[in-house]
Amino acid sequence: MLTSGFPLLSTLIFFPLLGAGILFFLRSDTAVRVFTLAVGLIECLLAVPMAVGFDTSTARFQMVEKAEWIQSWNISYFLGIDGISVLMVLLSVFLLPICVLCSWKYIGRRVKEFHFCLLLMTTACIGVFTSLDFVLFYIFWEAMLVPMYLLIAVWGGPKRRYASLKFFIYTLAGSTLFLAAIVALFINTGTFSIPELMEHSYSFRFQFWTFLAMALAFAIKVPMYPFHTWLPAAHVEAPTAGSVLLASILLKMGAYGFLRFCLPITPAASHFFAPLMIGMGILSIIVGSLLALGQSDMKKLIAYSSVAHMGFVTLGIFVFAFRGVEGAIMHMLNHGIITGALFLLVGLIYERSHSRELAENLGVSRYLPSFTGFLLLFSMAAFGFPGTNGFFSKLLVLLGVFEVSTPVGVVFIVGLLLGLAYLLRLLLNVGWGTPTKAAAWKDMSFREWVYLVPLGVLVIYLGVAPGKALSFLGPSIDNLLDNFQAQKELRIETASTPSAQFRAQDGAYLPLSFAGEDTRPIGQHMHAASLHLPSFQDAEPDVRRVAWLPERTSSIPAPVRMSEE
Amino acid sequence: MVAVLALLFVQSITDWLKEAVEWVPLAALFGALLVFLAPAGSQDMFYGSYHIDSLSQFFKGIVFIGLAVCAANAMRVPNLGKANKADYFFFMFMSAFGLLLLSSAVELFTIYISMELASFSLYILLPFRNNDQRAVEAAVKYVLFGAVASAIGLYGISYILAAQHTSYISELLTMDWSFAHQPMALIGLALFLLAFLYKIALFPFHFWAPDVYQGASNETAAFAATLPKLGAIVVMVRLMAFQPGPEVITILAVFAAVSMTLGNLTALIQSDVKRLLGYSSVAHAGFVVMALAAGGAHGLASAAYYALVYMVMNLTIFWVITRISHAGENVALTDLQGLHSRSPLLAFVLAVSAFALVGLPPTAGFIGKLFVLNSAWDAGQYWLVIIAVLNTALAIFYYLNLVRHAYTLDQSTPAKIALSPIGASMAILLAVGVLYLGIVPQNIYAFLVQASMGIIS
Repeated sequence: MLTSGFPLLSTLIFFPLLGAGILFFLRSDTAVRVFTLAVGLIECLLAVPMAVGFDTSTARFQMVEKAEWIQSWNISYFLGIDGISVLMVLLSVFLLPICVLCSWKYIGRRVKEFHFCLLLMTTACIGVFTSLDFVLFYIFWEAMLVPMYLLIAVWGGPKRRYASLKFFIYTLAGSTLFLAAIVALFINTGTFSIPELMEHSYSFRFQFWTFLAMALAFAIKVPMYPFHTWLPAAHVEAPTAGSVLLASILLKMGAYGFLRFCLPITPAASHFFAPLMIGMGILSIIVGSLLALGQSDMKKLIAYSSVAHMGFVTLGIFVFAFRGVEGAIMHMLNHGIITGALFLLVGLIYERSHSRELAENLGVSRYLPSFTGFLLLFSMAAFGFPGTNGFFSKLLVLLGVFEVSTPVGVVFIVGLLLGLAYLLRLLLNVGWGTPTKAAAWKDMSFREWVYLVPLGVLVIYLGVAPGKALSFLGPSIDNLLDNFQAQKELRIETASTPSAQFRAQDGAYLPLSFAGEDTRPIGQHMHAASLHLPSFQDAEPDVRRVAWLPERTSSIPAPVRMSEE
Repeated sequence: MVAVLALLFVQSITDWLKEAVEWVPLAALFGALLVFLAPAGSQDMFYGSYHIDSLSQFFKGIVFIGLAVCAANAMRVPNLGKANKADYFFFMFMSAFGLLLLSSAVELFTIYISMELASFSLYILLPFRNNDQRAVEAAVKYVLFGAVASAIGLYGISYILAAQHTSYISELLTMDWSFAHQPMALIGLALFLLAFLYKIALFPFHFWAPDVYQGASNETAAFAATLPKLGAIVVMVRLMAFQPGPEVITILAVFAAVSMTLGNLTALIQSDVKRLLGYSSVAHAGFVVMALAAGGAHGLASAAYYALVYMVMNLTIFWVITRISHAGENVALTDLQGLHSRSPLLAFVLAVSAFALVGLPPTAGFIGKLFVLNSAWDAGQYWLVIIAVLNTALAIFYYLNLVRHAYTLDQSTPAKIALSPIGASMAILLAVGVLYLGIVPQNIYAFLVQASMGIIS
């Protein structure tokens, strides 16, 4: 692990919190806005050394900070980043000033509390993406709920109470089982440290239940069909900044959880459940797209499209192919940018028409040309027009999926076409429908330009030259899949390592028996399961190798494992 | 130590004649200070029936702190006649004195007597609410239930005494507590425990809690909801160090599970905030007993830590409730509406304590729950852990409801709540305490693990 002298990550996490504290002493609303904007910009500057100093040649956790925290339970304050988290941190940091700018006029009451919540959210989000200790991770993971709840419940639309409560209860219900999984992992190994937990191997039964508990929390967060119902409500009712944060960062945490915990810690179970997860991913794409197609509320349309987009991400992750995972992570980033931008555009037009109905916002192209230009750009990116970032990441996922299974790939393309359909509907109606009220509206102001241009630039930049972003990812993904390959064929009898403190008896972790006595190797579980997708049934009966799991395609040499340090 | 305690109470009695009661919380704080400054170490007194060890000192410390907060809270009980004021504090201190004895008592009869001392004072304290029928009803309920529970406890002692021929915990510790060898002793222990399950309002002895919370005045409820439970918990911690047979453990675990679920489900439909807290305390009792059932140094330490956390969380929320309450009336959920504009500080403190009661990080409630879950899972009670986490999800609704009312609903005629500087600073202090226990629990927890090891061996 590479340790930096200066606690850069802690600074990134706690600087917004400090700003939130200072906010209390500001009197005027404008001062609050300007101050928060300044905090956001400084935060962006602080993130620069992190991105520049990041060593893209290694998969190890970098800029590690570690301090004892609660020794009795072996809990530590442990931070670090790898390629996956660095992109997510950059995204979170980048969105803060944009959120401030887009709420400049929109938020008229309780301004101080609003910005307080924004800063708190940023702290929690960066904390989630940089924590390497499970308890610390969970703290940030849950701490994020409170400001988000308040953002929706206080500054939201007419049905905000219902939406915020649903959001809170859904996500917390998932998270509590996740907490049980954390406790189980800890008792099994005696550590909360995520890198250490990745090193252990666990019995299949243990992985089975742990995976389920963790995956439920992540599936709700992603959100994956059929756990997506909180999302449209929350999105529609949230203020623009809330929607942006929700779509761009919160949804990423579910996928991040899959990548960070499910795959490395419970590889055998991930493998076992992959058909289910892929199936749910596909359902999310199809159902999400169809629902989006039927919406007349623009925000709802984009919210459902997020379900579909995140379906692509899940799909990419659970094919376990290098390209797929790479595409999934890139799509996490891209979806954050594109959907965030689309929500900003909806918010922008809402400020003019005070309605989010498609029918009320027809034909703006003549009166709001620059708005239409941005809408065109981001819609194209969203359905994956070549040259935009959306194209690139979907292509990668598609490559990964086709490596594994042609039928799934075909379904994937159907999903893409559906995406084209709903976005074209949005674009054509809003841009070139018969104008009703649009004549009275003004085109974008300078402030609106300021926050949309960077997003537009990123869309093009990541579409034309994704190499820089990808260079962060290579070794990390490689390491991830490497570990995964090494651990997926699990020895059922593997004894867990008992900690000095807790003498846990081997095999006693799961009181409920799973599928009789567990002596079969992992491959047979797969064949015994009824969750096959068509191509999987063709898999060779060889239990040591599973046909639909491809060989690693990357040529990057295997990275140094952490245990060797 | 004991001499100082006695002196404190002599002072309390003389104060009976006076009106000035401002020194009372300070005296309690002074007591806490004495406890923390007193040399650590173990010491026996009164023919071995009174034992001072780090566990007892810890509980004494928090009883004193809790007492200080409660006394400060009760400084201006609105519906309490002037003449009764000194009596009120006298009985409050008397009850706390019983709890102090309880935390050091290591002999069954001493425990019993201390418990009765604490309870009887509380019986008198509860109906101190002028012209309110509910207060009387609550007190009668509490007395009747309490009398039955303590009778059962006494009955349990007789069984233990008959089977093990001693009533000293130190000797009982070395005895055999399996059902196969000592069925009578184990039954006796179970019966004795029931008396304390009643005190902490665990299912199926929880019926008094919501009524008493609702019936007693806000200030008294704050006291009755927190401190007596500490006394019961410390005794249970000592008794669970026996490592009794799986029969007792299973009963406790089942009670804990039912208690959590029932408490949370019933709390969902309450509209009186104190009643809501009463049912939520039933759920929290389940958590403490879960840690007790887990046993071992970590289990007992988590139970003690949870007791501390529980006390601080509840004192915080009761502090807010007493400030909101108009002329000592009970606070309904609708009274919380628009609190964010009426008093931003109280709204914030309410949010902190509500989120702590849910168990949301980074508050004390989360760390307390984490410790409890860890030790329960470590003891192999997986099903109980699952029920506990599902219950946490269940509890969100009504705690969040408090926050929702305070932050998102507006009142038609918002009137500012006047907060005295002491009221405001105490609120801040308590909220900071909730956060502190959540963020840096290490020292206290490590101390408690040491203390538990001390009583187990």
